[in-house]
Amino acid sequence: MSLTLTAMSDSAVTSGQQQWSGSGPPPRPSRGPYISAITNRTTNLGIRGAMLFSVGVFLALVLNLLQVQRNVTLFPPDVISSIFSSAWWVPPCCGTASAIIGLLYPCIDSRLGEPHKFKREWSSVMRCVAVFVGINHASAKVDFANNVQLSLTLAALSIGLWWTFDRSRSGFGLGVSIALLATLATQLLVYNGVFQYTSPDFLYIRSWLPCIFFAGVITMGNIGRQLALYEYKFIQEKTHQD
Amino acid sequence: MTLREQLREKISAAFYRHGLLCASYPVPIILFTSASILTCCYPLLRLPLPGTGPVEFTTGVRDYSVPSHEPQGDLGERPDWYRGPPVAYIQQVLVKAAVSPWDSSLVTVDVFRSPLSRAFSLLEEIRNHVHSDSSGIRSLETLCLQVTGLFPGLRRMQSVLPEHGCLLVSPGNYWQNQRELFDSDPDLLKTIQKHEPKGLHTSATLRDLLFGVPGKYTGVSHYNRKRVVTYTITLVLSSYDARFLGSLRARLKQLHPSANCSLRDDHMVHVHFKEEIGIAELIPLVTTYIILFAYIYFSTRKIDMVKSKWGLALAAVVTVLSSLLMSVGLCTLFGLTPTLNGGEIFPYLVVVIGLENVLVLTKSVVSTPVDLEVKLRIAQGLSNESWSIMKNMATELCIILIGYFTLVPAIQEFCLFAVVGLVSDFFLQMFFFTTVLSIDIRRMELADLNRRLPAEAGLPPPKPGPLRPREVPPPPRPSPHTITLQTPAFRNLRLPKRLRVVYFLARTRLAQRIIMVGTVIWIGILVYTDPAGIRTYLAAQVSEQSPLGDPGGGGLPPHLGVAPVFRGGDPTSTLSIHPAPDPTPLPENQSQGHHGSARITWGAEDEEGWRRLSFRHWPSLFSYYNITLAKRYISILPVIPVTVHVSPQEAIETRHPQDTRHPPPPIPKVSADLQTDLTLYKVAALGLAAGVLLVLLLFCLYRVLCPRNYGQNGVAHGRRRRGDLPCDDYGYSPPVSEISPLLLRGHSMDIECLASDGMLLASCCLAGQIRVWDAQTERHNIDFVGGATEPECLGSEARGPSVSGDGLSEEEDSYPLRHRTAPARPTLFTDQPDLTPLIDTNFTSQPPSHLSTPPREGFDFGGLVERAYIEHEPPSNSTYPSPSSASSSPPSGAQLQRRPSLGDAAAFLTQERASTAGTQATADWESSVWAMELRGNLIAAGRSSGKLELWDAVEGSLRCSNEDGVSGITALAFLNNRIVAARLNGSLDFFTVEINKPLCLLQYRGAPGRGSMPPSPCYSSEDVISCQLTRSVQCAHQKPITVLRAAAGRVVTGSQDHTVRIYRLEDSCCLFTLQGHSGGITAIYIDQTMVLASGGQDGAICLWDVLTGSRVSHVYGHRGDVTSLVCTTSCVISSGLDDLICIWDRSTGIKLYSIQQEVGCGASLGVISESLLVTGGQGCVSFWDLNFGDLLQTVYLGQSSDGQGVRQLLVLDNAAIVCDFGSELSLVYVPSVLEKLD
Repeated sequence: MSLTLTAMSDSAVTSGQQQWSGSGPPPRPSRGPYISAITNRTTNLGIRGAMLFSVGVFLALVLNLLQVQRNVTLFPPDVISSIFSSAWWVPPCCGTASAIIGLLYPCIDSRLGEPHKFKREWSSVMRCVAVFVGINHASAKVDFANNVQLSLTLAALSIGLWWTFDRSRSGFGLGVSIALLATLATQLLVYNGVFQYTSPDFLYIRSWLPCIFFAGVITMGNIGRQLALYEYKFIQEKTHQD
Repeated sequence: MTLREQLREKISAAFYRHGLLCASYPVPIILFTSASILTCCYPLLRLPLPGTGPVEFTTGVRDYSVPSHEPQGDLGERPDWYRGPPVAYIQQVLVKAAVSPWDSSLVTVDVFRSPLSRAFSLLEEIRNHVHSDSSGIRSLETLCLQVTGLFPGLRRMQSVLPEHGCLLVSPGNYWQNQRELFDSDPDLLKTIQKHEPKGLHTSATLRDLLFGVPGKYTGVSHYNRKRVVTYTITLVLSSYDARFLGSLRARLKQLHPSANCSLRDDHMVHVHFKEEIGIAELIPLVTTYIILFAYIYFSTRKIDMVKSKWGLALAAVVTVLSSLLMSVGLCTLFGLTPTLNGGEIFPYLVVVIGLENVLVLTKSVVSTPVDLEVKLRIAQGLSNESWSIMKNMATELCIILIGYFTLVPAIQEFCLFAVVGLVSDFFLQMFFFTTVLSIDIRRMELADLNRRLPAEAGLPPPKPGPLRPREVPPPPRPSPHTITLQTPAFRNLRLPKRLRVVYFLARTRLAQRIIMVGTVIWIGILVYTDPAGIRTYLAAQVSEQSPLGDPGGGGLPPHLGVAPVFRGGDPTSTLSIHPAPDPTPLPENQSQGHHGSARITWGAEDEEGWRRLSFRHWPSLFSYYNITLAKRYISILPVIPVTVHVSPQEAIETRHPQDTRHPPPPIPKVSADLQTDLTLYKVAALGLAAGVLLVLLLFCLYRVLCPRNYGQNGVAHGRRRRGDLPCDDYGYSPPVSEISPLLLRGHSMDIECLASDGMLLASCCLAGQIRVWDAQTERHNIDFVGGATEPECLGSEARGPSVSGDGLSEEEDSYPLRHRTAPARPTLFTDQPDLTPLIDTNFTSQPPSHLSTPPREGFDFGGLVERAYIEHEPPSNSTYPSPSSASSSPPSGAQLQRRPSLGDAAAFLTQERASTAGTQATADWESSVWAMELRGNLIAAGRSSGKLELWDAVEGSLRCSNEDGVSGITALAFLNNRIVAARLNGSLDFFTVEINKPLCLLQYRGAPGRGSMPPSPCYSSEDVISCQLTRSVQCAHQKPITVLRAAAGRVVTGSQDHTVRIYRLEDSCCLFTLQGHSGGITAIYIDQTMVLASGGQDGAICLWDVLTGSRVSHVYGHRGDVTSLVCTTSCVISSGLDDLICIWDRSTGIKLYSIQQEVGCGASLGVISESLLVTGGQGCVSFWDLNFGDLLQTVYLGQSSDGQGVRQLLVLDNAAIVCDFGSELSLVYVPSVLEKLD
């Protein structure tokens, strides 16, 4: 509901601006270089991308910690280094991927012309992130009987996440395709010996990986869409700061 | 009716009844709920408290057997962790050694060198001890815990800790268990100190590990007054062999008998260690909690329109939390023991249960009509949302049930908790939260009532106004505006970021607080981990007082035969933790006299000496070998006491050559206690000095960094006086701009209608005068030169016979008034601000005999022009009735249906003078102008008789009229060449204005305005204008149309029948009927960008999509009617009967903030620019900064201000504001805005 309002007001605003530009001199005073840089669409994209990137890096670091075995945590002499226990390139990769995904979702929404209007609130986004962390938590901590059960459970949870917070066809399609691509990329990486999984059960990797990827894509898309809602508002505030 | 609908209806009815119940008996229900919460939480008392401290369990040694893995029924008080074999058995050999008798020739090093050297022989003894019996030969090697290499990363301890063999720890490890290395070590203390970590340490140090007793009690120092060295040899055994240990104990006791030792050796203690949370596990946990709090924050901030936002948010959180507690309690009650880590799953449980229902309930209840009774509101709100609540709950239960069938124990348990939590959450929502909500809403209504009462009591007493009407600074008002800001982000936009950060730090004293908290935590850690700290002290106290402790052994003078000279009462006090609290210490020489003062004592504290160690002692020892003790336990066997007496000769023999070279530091004559006291004082003095210095430094920094007057002249928020210059949190105030109102006088009675098209300004007063003013100013925007606002023409007296045009003739009958341009006159605005109309065709001042005369002989302009400089005098009562009498004669019933404070210009009635009614033959003269519109140079006036008249605004002549309708015209819209008239009976008429000659721009009007308004068509006086009814929609609305707006090719009507309709202007076709209000429509806004907002009597504001006819937003902001609505590109501004101005975000529908105005102020609103709002008040207009909600300035319109509210307000293109002010028009010019626009 609120999204249609946003879309409507956005379109209204753009049309209003067009009208302004059509009817003589612009009503606002000329903007300084700083403001014009901020209100620039590209710059705004960059800011959103940076936010998504940092969220992705943070989540990658935290979720990686979840996978650390617990019996070494009693007195590790290098506590801080265990945070960065994975290879250095993993968090930047996750950050970049999440930035791309988070920017892709609103873009696709606008291309398809079906704005996402389901539960567009920050509280819902927070809920989504919490469930995502919970899925990771379950995959790391809960003891399952076998890997099939684990994978099936995680798949059901991921679909549930999508149904609860997204419910858009584009979101599902993008999620599945990105999850498959990412799984493939991981397979290739492992095959080439860049890194290994301790107990691979699905060719070279863990079988729950696609589910985690899917849930991550849905989550980051959710955040990205919410951030895109604020694009216009952000520009407005920046303008007022002048 | 389908089953679904039946179900829905039943649920709705049940919720309605329940809401009534809750709102009727709030206190009993809250008591009942609290009682049930407490009952359900009662089983939680049995659960162990969370914590990471170790848990102990004591068993006897004699009948000890390794516990089995399976729980064996009820085993009394046996804890559930006591299953299976322990990780290890700890056997400590506690050695107390002293040089006896003490010799004066001995140096301080001798106190510990020779006793420590005895450790090697003891070690040898223990290692080589072999017990052989019928079951075979057992040595230590077979029983001890074999360890492999150290944990990687502990290379520096490799030389000290044993590797690849028995885990056997003693002080000898410092010297690799080799006597030769020990003997050749010149400085033992240095060797020991070498391995100590630098700085603050919170865990067991290597010294503690090797000595087995806290470093303070080892006695290995230069200042050991007691000359007793204590250390342990710790054996870690993997299996328990009672016979071997018994023989070892016997052997050691036999070798080194402890004469006075009465330690009990029949209890072994099992210590269970909880899972310890490391940083690596803490970070994800903290992250989930941060996400949880963000979720709660974002959820509860949506609670709005209630009395106490925080109270309700707290109630919501309490609801969720206590439902979780109830869930755990119920599960425990029915025998399910929680095995999951509660702290870990808690955030997920909260997220699953969620706060949504609570918010939905709140929103639903507050959006019910405010005039209902509280319990009815609650019941209605509850029943409105009943279906969605039930549906959501069923969905969630289904999802959780699916999770239950994953058959994974952990997930099943989680789901079970979640199900019980959901149900109890529903229970609490229905009983607890609903009741709290009803209480809150009742409070709000009470507060409302209190606030309302003085408003109706009367207007504030009149103040002495400024003498001249232009004087801007008004007297301060007694009731200031209070601004309630709800979005802090909106206030922070003015200063640069770095300044804001600095101010934020200064305002919240963040740095100081962080330092303070950090210091407190640091002190706490110090106190806790200090070996002499409170923890060990408490532990010792507990062990002393415990019945397990040896009651008699400690009390005995322990050195009966050995040192009879020593005072007998003393050793009892040494049993306490404090080291040797001798009040009168023995001098050195005196102690020499007492030869053989071996003060080796055994007390209760030695029995379980490991208690004095850090509780991380054993976990850290094992973790060095990558063995975790988390959730496992170790068994500590009773210590083997060993007493060693070293003769002075032996001590001298074991001396290292360098020991004597360094003479012992001169021990002062004062006692060691006093010495420590002195150091304590020194440290205290130093600390004090440092503290004072720090305070001074901070003070200097503070003076340098912070403004001097910081915190002293801060403006009290929200108490800003009206007329004061605003000044934000940081002392920044915008530049003062001179704003002076310009009074346009000319009307003799109150102005009722205002219309403008950007060029001309038409006003209509109660007397029926229509005056047209030139609103377009000259290029010099700041100073009005004389002709600038020259009133171009006419007071066209509506009832004047000359302009009557009542059917008998068309425009030929009416005399065109000659237009006179203004002669060059001296500048008026310095001494005479009012601009009298040059041509005042006020026919009412003519004698009444003219009424019967034909119109042709009407006008004598000569006299009128001469009166141009004369201020318009109010007409005598003989000619005009008083305004009160005029307004007391309502012409029709339409007024009854209309609220007097409707903001829309078109809705106001212009009342015809009634006095002349009798003289007129036709009934038309009794009709009054109800609506007026101005486009180009045509004024469209709608009359109560249903007649539509078109007047020439320039010349003051009636161009045409149309009498097709009979019902009064309540609203008019004039767009392009179409006129839409809304009538009292709810019908809507579309007229087309046709001209015979093509449009031409009139000469004097100049270029069209800058604004977005399209240029209006102009008609020259030669054109023949006709107005024809093209279409009439008979039943546009069931009830009278109250609002009519037209823009962007659409006509929007709002009516008393709660609906809004959208028509297309071209073909008069009804596009949509918008339903959503639960009261009559009172305000509508539509602009060129097709934004449509409507406000109704129910206080609701709806935003609509004009293209699709769908409702995009529906918010409740006002208690009572919405009186006025304006939109900017980013927000919607509404004012209501409750004197509240609300600013909403247009895209999200969230209320940004609201401004509480003083009671009884006008409801007129205008937006000058994107960020400047103007509101009309009692004799004044106020300017507000939309971004911050700041009152920028209040401009008082005149001295006779009080009691006359500004009811209509028009914003002209050149950033001037025209508002009615009694019988005057006031032109307020805002130069600062114009600068911005240019």
